[in-house]
Amino acid sequence: MNGLLVACILTPMVTAALSFIVTNTAKVRGAISIGGSILLLALSTILLYQVVNGGPVSNQMGGWQAPMGITLIADMLSAMLIVVTAIVALSVNVYAMGDISEDRIAGGFFTFLNMLIGGVVGAFLTGDLFNLYVWFEVMLISSFALLVLGGNKVQLDGAVKYVAINLISTVLLLTAIGLLYGLTGTLNMADLSIRVPEVENQALVAVVAVLFLVAFGIKAAVFPLYFWLPASYHTLPISVTAVFAALMTKVGIYALMRTFTLIFPGEHSVIDMTLLGLGLVTMVLGVFGAMTHNDIRRILAFHVIGSIGFMLLGLGLGSALAMGAAIFYMVHGILIKALLFMIAGVIGKLGASFELARLGGLYQERPGFAMLFLLAALSLIGIPPLSGFWAKLLIIEAGLHHDATEVIIFVVLVSLLTFIPLIRIWSEAFWKPKPFSTEEAKADTSDSKAIGPPVMPPNWYAWTPVLGLSIIMFLIGFLPSKIIAMSDTAAQSLINPSAYLDTVLPDRAAAQANLNEVQQ
Amino acid sequence: MEILLSLLVGVLMSVSVWMLLSRNLVKFLFGLVLISNVANLIIFKVGGLTMGAPPLITEGVTEQYANSLPQALVLTAIVIGFGLVSFTLVLALKAYQAIGTVNVDEMTLAEQRHDPEEKEESS
Repeated sequence: MNGLLVACILTPMVTAALSFIVTNTAKVRGAISIGGSILLLALSTILLYQVVNGGPVSNQMGGWQAPMGITLIADMLSAMLIVVTAIVALSVNVYAMGDISEDRIAGGFFTFLNMLIGGVVGAFLTGDLFNLYVWFEVMLISSFALLVLGGNKVQLDGAVKYVAINLISTVLLLTAIGLLYGLTGTLNMADLSIRVPEVENQALVAVVAVLFLVAFGIKAAVFPLYFWLPASYHTLPISVTAVFAALMTKVGIYALMRTFTLIFPGEHSVIDMTLLGLGLVTMVLGVFGAMTHNDIRRILAFHVIGSIGFMLLGLGLGSALAMGAAIFYMVHGILIKALLFMIAGVIGKLGASFELARLGGLYQERPGFAMLFLLAALSLIGIPPLSGFWAKLLIIEAGLHHDATEVIIFVVLVSLLTFIPLIRIWSEAFWKPKPFSTEEAKADTSDSKAIGPPVMPPNWYAWTPVLGLSIIMFLIGFLPSKIIAMSDTAAQSLINPSAYLDTVLPDRAAAQANLNEVQQ
Repeated sequence: MEILLSLLVGVLMSVSVWMLLSRNLVKFLFGLVLISNVANLIIFKVGGLTMGAPPLITEGVTEQYANSLPQALVLTAIVIGFGLVSFTLVLALKAYQAIGTVNVDEMTLAEQRHDPEEKEESS
């Protein structure tokens, strides 16, 4: 028994409820929410410490032993991602205090944000496939609420597309889970990993695997299923976009990693080839999409898609080395996306617009802030010694190890191309002189005011998370060895899940006999 | 019964996919309602049908009983699906009121670029 896992899920959920019930005041709601995310960060750090020192931690809910009951389990991958989630949750909560309007907070912004975090943590922790579906739903319904909260026309228009595509992915996921249950008679992921190879009709297993690939692929915004993402992300307030961009797609990648290593393993299979191909196409299209846009939020939304491609590469190559690279990229990707969107938010506040044509002169006004953006952008591109460099280096190293020349060529090429849209933001928003005088710009953006967040000068609510995340990115960049080592351990336990299986099913043989008895 | 249910799943699935492909948002929604029910039927079917037996085990009675897990799964999925569908219906209504159309081809507000020059060109 370990209460820590339950506490990690309960903390955001209770915070969500409290921030709605206790008070109507926006500031107090925000304070409760920030308190909750600090607690989550503390709990998840303890959990990570336990996992690093003692291997996977598990908890059988309701006293039913696996595979009968629902299992919660934290291995290295889950524990790392929960800590990162908590960091993002904390910074978004602080940022939202200065960004989200009072009426949105009155509508329950912090409640839905915390429910979303709860859903993400639950999805990372669960060891049961149907439970994973339920956590995806928790995430989905809170993301819907955040999408339409305080909605204007454009926001509703983006929301319709997001909701439609995500509901289809939900139905596919449910169907896949149903079919897999029909084939194996179990939903516990550890138990599935033992039973799926025993299924006679492996062709049906392959069909189910593809259904999972499509369902999680939509969530993760993988080519050709990513069109909902650039259609909706830029319509939202920056705080919501930051948390969506950082976490939502990565949960899809996590689910892909979990299912395709634990339930449908097998190196050099067709699925691995497919994942590799999809990864290559996704990252190329992500970077080309970013080049075509003039709105900072849209440029960054396409970079989210591009980084999904890099993670898929690691999963597609399939070795522990490549998987470790993908996990490190995931940690880097979550943090850098949250940071870049918040920086974009600050740019929007300083320049009263997100359009590159309307921005300018920010370097002259705020040289320090300009440096922060430049460093975050260089980190995304992969310039040493920033964190993105290590992420890409690890993927190239894995590519060399597999003799996968195409992977190395694409990684280097796409990294170079990533330069173009980001340097465009730099030269347009920071370097060129300001296009209008401030009054003119403000009068001119009266129509785009409805689209972007209300124009307020950035205050310390905005600066604190930006600075904090930048410092974390620096630390990862200069001291990557600890996180690389942890990613490698996480990857090892994904490739060789015996520790995972032993934790969930302490007495595997006995559990098997028990289940057979029940089935007869 | 199993064959009948499988046929029903097939027919409903093809109907719902056809409706999902529609450009009319309302038709799309009905397709969504149908396809989520199809998923429930699939779980029900592949979980194994046991005719005329309750999913409860009475103490001392060792008669045939139905597997209760698929039923529990379907029940959960129905509840979740109900919530999502009602949310989507309200969203569609709101979108219709705000945008003035249910044709998804005309719902392009979020896709427009906000450059002032381009706006003039398009209008």
